[in-house]
Amino acid sequence: MENPGITEAGLDSRKNFPVSLRLAEMETALLSVDRVKAGRIVRDSCTAGSPFTCLETLIVPALEEVGRRWEAGDVALSQVYMSGRICEEIVDSMLPAGDPRRVDQPKMAIAVLEDHHTLGKRIVLSVLRAGGYELTDYGHGVSVDQLVEQVTRDKVIILLISTLMLPAALRSKEAIARIRKIQPGTKIIVGGAPFIFDPMLWKEVGADAMGHAASETLELVNRMAAEVKR
Amino acid sequence: MKGTMTSMQRTLATMGFKEPDRVPLFLLFTMHGAKELGLSIRDYFSKPEYIVEGQMRLLKKYKGDCLNPFTYAASEIVAWGGEVIFRDDGPPNAGKPVILTPADIETLEVPSVEDSPSLLSGLRTIELLKKRVSTDVPIMGSVISPFSLPVMQMGFEAYIDLIYGEPDLFWKLMKKNEDFCVAWANAQLAAGATAIGCADPLASPDMTSTDIYRKTGFIVAQRTIARIKGGVATHLASARTLPRIDDLAKTGTVGVGVSAFDDIGEVKRAINGRMVLIGNLNGVEMRRWTPEIAEQKVKAAIARAGRGGGFILSDNHGEIPWQVPDSVLFAISAAVKKWGQYPLDWVQDGE
Repeated sequence: MENPGITEAGLDSRKNFPVSLRLAEMETALLSVDRVKAGRIVRDSCTAGSPFTCLETLIVPALEEVGRRWEAGDVALSQVYMSGRICEEIVDSMLPAGDPRRVDQPKMAIAVLEDHHTLGKRIVLSVLRAGGYELTDYGHGVSVDQLVEQVTRDKVIILLISTLMLPAALRSKEAIARIRKIQPGTKIIVGGAPFIFDPMLWKEVGADAMGHAASETLELVNRMAAEVKR
Repeated sequence: MKGTMTSMQRTLATMGFKEPDRVPLFLLFTMHGAKELGLSIRDYFSKPEYIVEGQMRLLKKYKGDCLNPFTYAASEIVAWGGEVIFRDDGPPNAGKPVILTPADIETLEVPSVEDSPSLLSGLRTIELLKKRVSTDVPIMGSVISPFSLPVMQMGFEAYIDLIYGEPDLFWKLMKKNEDFCVAWANAQLAAGATAIGCADPLASPDMTSTDIYRKTGFIVAQRTIARIKGGVATHLASARTLPRIDDLAKTGTVGVGVSAFDDIGEVKRAINGRMVLIGNLNGVEMRRWTPEIAEQKVKAAIARAGRGGGFILSDNHGEIPWQVPDSVLFAISAAVKKWGQYPLDWVQDGE
């Protein structure tokens, strides 16, 4: 699902309403943690039969903008989290987990390696689900051995590793090396504070990419999923 | 009085916005004492005597200007009935939350310091350090702010949901956390701590929006700091400070820990003599610095924030990671001696 940019397809009842205003309204509703208003904007704007178009033209761009503003230091992590939760709820109502339209994607999973702080994982899960993806959640406090076993057993194609503490981030190097040995085709994205404070670290641990923000992770997943399909 | 000052004199001078003999250096070690004593991190934290010995050896080795009896944040959670998960190469984590559902807040009991072995151990460490250094070296006590503690008490996601969704229960929890925090901070001051470092990462605009902070964490900080019988320095634990400076100054805090992502010169200007600036070397990156890079970073921080006092050089998180090598720590210490002597005549305007 590559981001097609903003189109009018799928936006019916308010099609004369400028897209930029709808997006701005949606973004404001998300940052104000106004579930009701966000839901109404989606209902008013989107055709029930084409949820993916709604994702691509309204929900994902709004989340991406929230993510960009977090990276720029304009909004708080709590707002990013709540925005992701609200969008996830909306998308789940349009495209429930297990919906066949979610299945046509590479096998994906996410884990918090050795750490017990789950907020980053939760935000990424919400944003990816709001983006129409389904992924397996391996939980938190996952050891290197457990992660290698789970990823190879499930034949995961795109793996997301979240960490908060530096020691756990460093341990991802061993996990990535062992996964690559068994399953060289697995794409691995790392994320979390240590990778932000040391911008060289993701390369040092052998990851394919790092996600600064959840919205950036969604873009990375879009790109990797498209590559895998090719 | 300049000449050669004690660490305490140096620190007090800079806190009074006067230039001491040199920039004070707070190397906030927690785990490194274990290396000095040849112990595992878990064993090291098991006895106040080990921590005292570790801190004293580190003080002598790196010639810093403070002692840090703090062990790990989760020690407070143990007092609340929680668990700690140790690891061999980093700080212990808090385990399962003690608040499993928001309704648990109603019956949550505030632990007393006197009945909490993990806190009593911390007090014993402070008492023993005080005997060793008297008033020559500042001893930094530590608390987790009432506003940030729930991240460990109930998990980050559940706490954000609480803030947005259940204000009554949020304020009940704050009241309990404030009582605990004040009692714990005052016990440390009574045991001999010079001042209290208050870790409050959720005060950062990176974590909490300004409108929510002003209605919640700001009020909590004001009320808490007013009841603590000593100086409190607020540390946002690596999160950005600059956009929050004016609010922090109004909480009553006397110092602020600054992120590596803050422009330290801009923060110094924004503070404008209201708080001491503590920071902002990047602890995560420090792991792979060379001694030459360490010197450059120290020099740059002093150039941007050193003049006029009101500045303590430190890392940006309040804890030096286990993985930072001795060579880098020696280089930081040497660079402060080389570039931190007042007056900082080598600093050009606008540098």
